[in-house]
Amino acid sequence: MSEESGTSGGLSEYISHHLTHNTGSVFGGSFHWDSWLVSLGLGVLFVLWFGRMARRATSGVPGRGQAFVEMVIEFVDGQVKDVFHGDRRFLAPLALTIFMWVFFMNAMDLLPLDIGSGLVTLFGGHAHQTFFRMVPTADLNTTVAMALSIFLLTIFYSIKAKGFGGFGAELLTAPFTTSSMGGKIAMVIPNLILNLVEYLSKPVSLSMRLFGNMYAGELVFMLIAGLLASWITFLPGVIAGAAWGIFHILIILLQAFIFMVLSVVYIAMAHEHH
Amino acid sequence: MDMHQFIALIQANTAVGIGLMIGLGALGACVGIGIMGSKFLESAARQPELMPMLQGRMFLLVGLIDASFIIGLAMALFFAFANPLLARFG
Repeated sequence: MSEESGTSGGLSEYISHHLTHNTGSVFGGSFHWDSWLVSLGLGVLFVLWFGRMARRATSGVPGRGQAFVEMVIEFVDGQVKDVFHGDRRFLAPLALTIFMWVFFMNAMDLLPLDIGSGLVTLFGGHAHQTFFRMVPTADLNTTVAMALSIFLLTIFYSIKAKGFGGFGAELLTAPFTTSSMGGKIAMVIPNLILNLVEYLSKPVSLSMRLFGNMYAGELVFMLIAGLLASWITFLPGVIAGAAWGIFHILIILLQAFIFMVLSVVYIAMAHEHH
Repeated sequence: MDMHQFIALIQANTAVGIGLMIGLGALGACVGIGIMGSKFLESAARQPELMPMLQGRMFLLVGLIDASFIIGLAMALFFAFANPLLARFG
């Protein structure tokens, strides 16, 4: 496949090498070890860091680490408080986890591309046969897993607020409400279709938005490196890479923020719907 | 037609498709952000004390408006570098 689509000889092979996941096979299916390991490591890092700051919190003058953690927590709690008018004790920590974890995973995109496969090559492996993609959120599996979890939570909160019967009835009688019995029966199918589309579009858009941003970001880095890699174009390459990197820092923060706010908004919308 | 012509046909049509995906997506996203940005500036000029809150909401909307375009961009780049239509050929 890569032999057929050779653009300028080595560029296509460079890009497809850096777009291949470190795949193993688990229970017969394929499993991306790199996404799993990096996301696990970053999650543990976040939990240990914030946990350590929480355990050493003083009510006197805070140090810089504690001040930063407090700033993040207040920011996330403010966002949750704006939208969700129920018991925040589960939702705000969930939002904090989503925000910081997605931000850390996205931030792996700022590291040089070859570090991952280089490290794996150190521990045994051939130079061009080892693959290691360091950005878990540029893997569709990771983002879809997170979006599916949010989707299941939405359904859970919806059932918790309205009960099984209420949830089912709401699927069939909203948004087209009628008062007569005949009208209600006639509107069941359009209501069901609309509600299904609305429910199913949420995890799809949530996951694909994050995946698309990170995948395109990685690919533009690879293209800048691949197309501007010669003696004459070295300086423009560095400038272009730096410009895209600076823009990408904004994108990283923004996408983590959007994922968090949208998760909270979906769960809040499921919770209150009279 | 021999093999090379088949492959050239697929590559040419994929290239046109990629161009359309990126171009039309960018058109929509830029017009949308332009309209939203102009409304933001207008309302910030009318009520400057609300500007921090509006700015936060504006960035959220930037991410949402750009979403479809970037999804299209990711799909287009996927077709550019790992074309599944070509893989079925060999």
